[in-house]
Amino acid sequence: MTDQAYTFAYLDEQTKRMIRRALLKALAVPGYQVPFASREMPMPYGWGTGGVQVTAACLVPEDRLKVIDQGADDTTNAVSIRRFFARTAGVATTEATAEATLIQTRHRIPEQPLREGQILVYQVPIPEPLRFLEPRETETRKMHELEEYGLMHVKLYEDIARHGTIATSYAYPVKVEGRYVMDPSPIPKFDNPKLSGNAAIQLFGAGREQRIYALPPYTAVVSLDFDDHPFTASKPGHACDLCGAAHSYLDEVITDDAGGRMFVCSDTDFCAGRRREGHQGRLGGQA
Amino acid sequence: MTQPQKATEFSQSIRGAVAPLLQVAGLAKSYGARIGCTDVSFDLFPGEVLGIVGESGSGKSTLLSCLAGHQRPDQGQILYDGQDVLAMAETERRRLSRTDWAFVHQNPRDGLRMGVSAGANVGERLMAIGARHYGDIRAQATDWLGRVEIDANRIDDRPAAFSGGMQQRLQIARNLVTAPRLVFMDEPTGGLDVSVQARLLDLMRGLVRDMGLSVVIVTHDLAVVRLLAHRLMVMKSGRVVEQGLTDQVLDDPQHAYTQLLVSSVLQV
Repeated sequence: MTDQAYTFAYLDEQTKRMIRRALLKALAVPGYQVPFASREMPMPYGWGTGGVQVTAACLVPEDRLKVIDQGADDTTNAVSIRRFFARTAGVATTEATAEATLIQTRHRIPEQPLREGQILVYQVPIPEPLRFLEPRETETRKMHELEEYGLMHVKLYEDIARHGTIATSYAYPVKVEGRYVMDPSPIPKFDNPKLSGNAAIQLFGAGREQRIYALPPYTAVVSLDFDDHPFTASKPGHACDLCGAAHSYLDEVITDDAGGRMFVCSDTDFCAGRRREGHQGRLGGQA
Repeated sequence: MTQPQKATEFSQSIRGAVAPLLQVAGLAKSYGARIGCTDVSFDLFPGEVLGIVGESGSGKSTLLSCLAGHQRPDQGQILYDGQDVLAMAETERRRLSRTDWAFVHQNPRDGLRMGVSAGANVGERLMAIGARHYGDIRAQATDWLGRVEIDANRIDDRPAAFSGGMQQRLQIARNLVTAPRLVFMDEPTGGLDVSVQARLLDLMRGLVRDMGLSVVIVTHDLAVVRLLAHRLMVMKSGRVVEQGLTDQVLDDPQHAYTQLLVSSVLQV
């Protein structure tokens, strides 16, 4: 049951309208960072205050909510946010990607392709892709306005000069519809190709920085690279030790103090689904 | 024309035949009631070096920043290649300052990106105008480091690891890599010791001649303008008190302030 002390989904109606206006503007200008009056939420900054506000503004009573943290449904952050909305909005929750109508995520895109009608909400710590290269906000806004994105390539150049290859492995900058350069939030670059042409609506909320941006369905998103150092969606060169999947993003888990380790899918729902279907990895029997 | 750096011959051969690259008329900028610079007019021709000298507070840096678009003048007109710079859209003006113009700061730390390597510093302008081939960018950066006498194996070092003179040379390389036509320099030799200054001046003179650069150089060092500048403008209290060919102004100063300035130089 909804906790009657709160309005639906915790935020008051005026706040939700304000956020929805920002969301509509963000969808109209894909990749553009729309300022919004971010509210204090009952959680610390950095724990997903932006994502939670976007989720609150999007939820309707018929929604089925899934929350993931680094791909997992069962970590503290994911469990807390899921319970928060189960209590304040009374919406149904799920761990199955296919059943969810709204998915709030921290740092991953689910392995299972999303479909039309689904909404993916990202938690964003630092929305400005140029921030660590240009500290002045006035200047970065000007750079977005005038499409001066050469600096982004300076970062990639520096990567190659230092490491021989583009070493940026998460929060890998992308260009949206040939216009805005966007920080895709700290998702691994393995997930970058999934941003492009995705059937779902993708919304990005940065609470502390008070910015919202969005990718409408089927938006073209290109990862920046050099002609002679093309973008590659990298992952550990293993298969999942539990479900045997060879093409999913993996977490490395240390199992003992003698160098023992295993690789498991970071997307827990995907991994569990495969195991239910009978797939088994190297350690699948024991785990 | 055997000695292109000789001002008199240069001026006679260029002027009249070619349209000026930069035309400035009635430029004025004030800070509240205080005058920054006022009533400045001059023409700069392709391949010409204009020196602006004067004591601290005479308005030469204000003038330079107005010319380079860092500040908006209160009055006057600036035409670059026939286009009105002040009426230009900001996109266009910033594109100009990335491609056709360059600005060399007095302190290399203002002009360099200290957090990234020398190669990335030189490559930045190339990437800003659309270069997307790492190998090509690196090759050009290496070439330019060579031209400003920085060893190629320092390409991946950060500017913080460079000496003051090297930083200044790196700043010059970073600015000239897109082959600009107009370069603004603000005291480029300030803070360097004399032997390093001499090398830098020699290098700059060579680059200016080889690339046919037009330069506006602000300095308080008369020796620098004697070496580099074809023409000279002397400023005092925000106004131009005397202008003419460099040798003429320095050897036969007419205005009392210029006479004072010339006679104030210490003789070794």
